[in-house]
Amino acid sequence: MASALINVPAKAKRGDIIEIKTLMSHIMETGYRHTATGEVVPRDIITSFTCRFNGTEIFRADLFPAIAANPFITFFTTATQSGKFEFEWIGDKGFSETASASITVE
Amino acid sequence: MGISHRISRRKFLGTSAAAATALTFPLPAFAQAAARVVVIGGGFGGASCARALKQIDPKLQVTLVEPNKTFTACPFSNNVIAGLRSIEEQQFGYDKIAAGGVTVVAQAATGVDNAARTVTLADGTSLGYDRLVLSPGVDLRFDVLQGYDEAAAAKMPHAWKAGEQTLLLRKQLEAMDDGGVVVISAPANPFRCPPGPYERACLIAHYLKTKKPRSKLLILDAKDTFSKQRLFQNAWKELYPGMVEWVSLSQGGKVNAVDPATNTLITDFGNHTAKVANVIPPQRAGRIATSAGATDNTGWCAIDPVTFESKSAPNIHVIGDACLAGAMPKSAFSANSQAKVCAAAIATLLSGGTPTAPKLINTCYSLAAPGYGISVAGVYQPKNGVLADVEGAGGVSPADVPREFRAREADYAQSWFATITAEVFG
Repeated sequence: MASALINVPAKAKRGDIIEIKTLMSHIMETGYRHTATGEVVPRDIITSFTCRFNGTEIFRADLFPAIAANPFITFFTTATQSGKFEFEWIGDKGFSETASASITVE
Repeated sequence: MGISHRISRRKFLGTSAAAATALTFPLPAFAQAAARVVVIGGGFGGASCARALKQIDPKLQVTLVEPNKTFTACPFSNNVIAGLRSIEEQQFGYDKIAAGGVTVVAQAATGVDNAARTVTLADGTSLGYDRLVLSPGVDLRFDVLQGYDEAAAAKMPHAWKAGEQTLLLRKQLEAMDDGGVVVISAPANPFRCPPGPYERACLIAHYLKTKKPRSKLLILDAKDTFSKQRLFQNAWKELYPGMVEWVSLSQGGKVNAVDPATNTLITDFGNHTAKVANVIPPQRAGRIATSAGATDNTGWCAIDPVTFESKSAPNIHVIGDACLAGAMPKSAFSANSQAKVCAAAIATLLSGGTPTAPKLINTCYSLAAPGYGISVAGVYQPKNGVLADVEGAGGVSPADVPREFRAREADYAQSWFATITAEVFG
């Protein structure tokens, strides 16, 4: 069961630099490991993370097999107006998860 | 069936195996003065090592440096927190060790000059050595969790060194009203006593269930897995349903900061305010190890797995919680096993011999409730420069067994404590 954790400040002053934190539970199987019988364990990773603010993309990351399980991604942005952050994680085997959080900018 | 029976014998095997190994080494024949070995730290590692050195070679001049006149043992101290045991039952003195010919110096070691082969003591005097053994245990790190310094520990106890802190946590639990939330913050690996936070959760939950049944216990963890995990989680479900909640690293359990003024623990994804907060911070080797040049950038001491000699400071051996012992956990039993192996290796080295590869044993018992014991055991040997698990040896208690089985393991735990403390201090 995938689950997203996000931390967005509920309030900020216009022009403030704010930190956004996210954590997605995921095994991030590299595709380079073998079972005891020699079969390759198929790759199963998150390949892309996107954050949109009021519909506009403000942050994107491409993920690769070297990234550890349960990717923890944080970034900074400037609070310009009140609105909604939408987060999306996409990966192998049709993986797709979303989360959202609102901010009030004064 | 049988795992715990084998475990209960291992503690005796551990003793006799190391002793047998030791006897096969030639005793050093010194034309000059007897070799001097200084041991710093009078816990399970250091006290065991000082004693073992003197037993292997009575001619050695062995000095044990330990500032405390009384040692307070950590194993079973979670029972003290839960009000099931008195602190006095955890305490031991050094008289018998001194009576065995070890010179016990009741002072802190403040520095090591390995080039001059001297240890400086708190009163400014110094001790010379041919070989030095460091068994300083852990220092709690007050520079990692924001807001968690020594002053904060008086409000949010770690209780990770047995003594006043143990009693402080017990008093806070006793003073808490029914319905309060107790929060334990558990650190990432490596740290002293890997099953300790979870045994503590069990025994605190036992106290709450008995005395304050509307209360809750939350464990915020900087890890996704832990020692004896399945057994502990089963015990929480079986014994304390609805009372214990574990928040793993990937669920946002890692505590980054604390606010002692409000008893709040802060993670990346939320704040948790506790009535009683037990903050077990990250740890490192005791400070003297750094003074001796024996720590690496992890804060722990890399060692040779055959002799426990430091990889960075020749003639200095590091045992117990302070050393990086590969697969061996940081436990009293490990420290005691390592002490015997280290003592035998030092005696061999001082007599010009070459130490042989040892096998070491560890067992950790935990109580999920009074009369409900679980255990993990392992056997270790040097492999590719580190201490590695001997495959197929050891294991954990089985998952589905009758309560009588758990009761027997609880008895074995008591016997283990009586045996090891008698061997080290008795």
